[in-house]
Amino acid sequence: MDNTNVVDNQFLETKLNISAKRTETLFRILFMIMAALLILPVLIILTTLVVKGGSMLSWDFLFSDPVNGMTEGGIFPALLGTVWLVGVALIISVPVGVAAALYLSEYAPDNWFTRAINLAIINLAGVPSIVHALFGVGAFVIFFGFGTSILAASMTLAVMTLPVVIVATRESLQAVPQAFREACWNMGATRWQTIRRVILPNSVSGILTGVILEVSRTTGETAPIMFTGAAFFIPVLPESVFDQTMALSLHLFVVSTQVPHVPEALPYGVALVLIMMVLLMNSASIALRMHLRGKKKW
Amino acid sequence: MIRSSRQSAGNLPDINQRNAAWYIDKLVQYLVFLSGISAIVLIVGIFIFVTIEGLGFLFEDFSFREFFLSPWWEPTDDDEPTYGILALMAGTASVTGLAMLVAIPFSLGSAIYIAEFATGRKREYLKILIELLAAIPSVVWGFIGLTIMNPLIIDIFDVPVGLNILNAGIILGLMAAPIMTSISEDALKAVPDRYREAAEALGGTRWQVIYKTILPAAKNGLLGGVLLGVGRGFGETMAVLMATGHAINIPGSVFDSVRALTATIAAELGETAVGSPHYQALFTIGIFLFSITFIINLTADLIVRGIRKS
Repeated sequence: MDNTNVVDNQFLETKLNISAKRTETLFRILFMIMAALLILPVLIILTTLVVKGGSMLSWDFLFSDPVNGMTEGGIFPALLGTVWLVGVALIISVPVGVAAALYLSEYAPDNWFTRAINLAIINLAGVPSIVHALFGVGAFVIFFGFGTSILAASMTLAVMTLPVVIVATRESLQAVPQAFREACWNMGATRWQTIRRVILPNSVSGILTGVILEVSRTTGETAPIMFTGAAFFIPVLPESVFDQTMALSLHLFVVSTQVPHVPEALPYGVALVLIMMVLLMNSASIALRMHLRGKKKW
Repeated sequence: MIRSSRQSAGNLPDINQRNAAWYIDKLVQYLVFLSGISAIVLIVGIFIFVTIEGLGFLFEDFSFREFFLSPWWEPTDDDEPTYGILALMAGTASVTGLAMLVAIPFSLGSAIYIAEFATGRKREYLKILIELLAAIPSVVWGFIGLTIMNPLIIDIFDVPVGLNILNAGIILGLMAAPIMTSISEDALKAVPDRYREAAEALGGTRWQVIYKTILPAAKNGLLGGVLLGVGRGFGETMAVLMATGHAINIPGSVFDSVRALTATIAAELGETAVGSPHYQALFTIGIFLFSITFIINLTADLIVRGIRKS
């Protein structure tokens, strides 16, 4: 009997144990609160925008022109301009980005040059957006002579979001098992045949999540398009890539800071449309990613 | 099938035969390589084009002493324009500094919670919400600063203006937090499980394991994440343009309005004539911004790579 008691006592909690456990609980709760406080703003912002700008939402708001010095009317030219800018930017950046990722994942040897490319990608993602704007002005507007146009703005956006496409594509290419490649090479296929028939079909949905993410990023960018192709107000819709255009993100900046006597709900409405577009696309990208993870066969 | 194999046995095909597939393969390899080096070309291109546009100013009106040490940014003064960015640097530094004070503890705490405490569904939802936080465009953050934070700060602290360092700092902190959280989480995850198991076998509680074992082991990755966050804050444009108050000022308290380097370019570039000294001076600020963020990103990468090697 005495013996068992001694053994039991060894496993009883000492004061030290108890205080250590308390500390753990304390920190667990502290970190949980921190995480909660970090995501609280998303909810507050969304609620505020919906409450104050929800009344603006209507087909009329989305599909009519701004009138009366942008204090009334809708946002159609800005919405259409954003579609133009994002569309042209995608046409430029997706092929280049996917090809770059193919090079890094399928061709590049592991040497200093490849490391330099990776470093350049990280740095390209870290260049401030306003420096991208300066580059766009210097290179596309002036040097290549595109003037302030959709083309110049979209190319600036494409340069800026290229790292997003490259990184996402590279990840989904590398998720294809090496055995798939080897099996295909053993059949006598060239590298390109392997990529086209085996690797791309197996990674296309992963690439798509990256592209959706890029669309979302591009939609919200403001600084890079301010001086390269987006204008505060233009009475006509763009007809070609050499025209200037309005853009939703810039329109939010304009109606909330540059135009006097704007009714309070109007900028909230613009912000609500913008953030809904961005969050919807992001959610779609996340949902697709989740779906793929669940479906994965290897 | 049998015939063809017999044929090839008698007359072995040249493995390097140059048929259409071979030429297409070579062509693709070439195109893909060109795209592959695009990032390097673009980084060099950005530096060259921004420098070319700022060159005139660098050779004529630029004085190192005035540019970095004068608090007077008066490029539109008719008699004697001065180009001093000291106040603008103070603006950027104060806002970024406060943003880091907000973002570092919160993103570190969230990363520890997500990586070490949260499990299953809760962890997934937290990660998704933090990803959505990262998706909010900077112009919307600026709008939030203007419309929600501004009156809030005026009410709570009883100050005349709510567009100041505090406002922009909190907003910038929230903007930088998601990327810092996800990089810190990656760094914590990268610590091998045997470290955790060894520490737990010695009887450590989970917090003791984190504090004594995991945090020291993940130190470099966490530092890299913080540096990337600093780079983000440093280069942010629209949000600081809208939330700082945009007044040239060497700040004395968090309730002072300031003006950031990035915001100055965004606000003034549209009003200057191409090629004028003012225009070129803005591009010179651009060179400065590019160089600083380049150094920050390079350092962050070296630190993060350092842990991967060891």
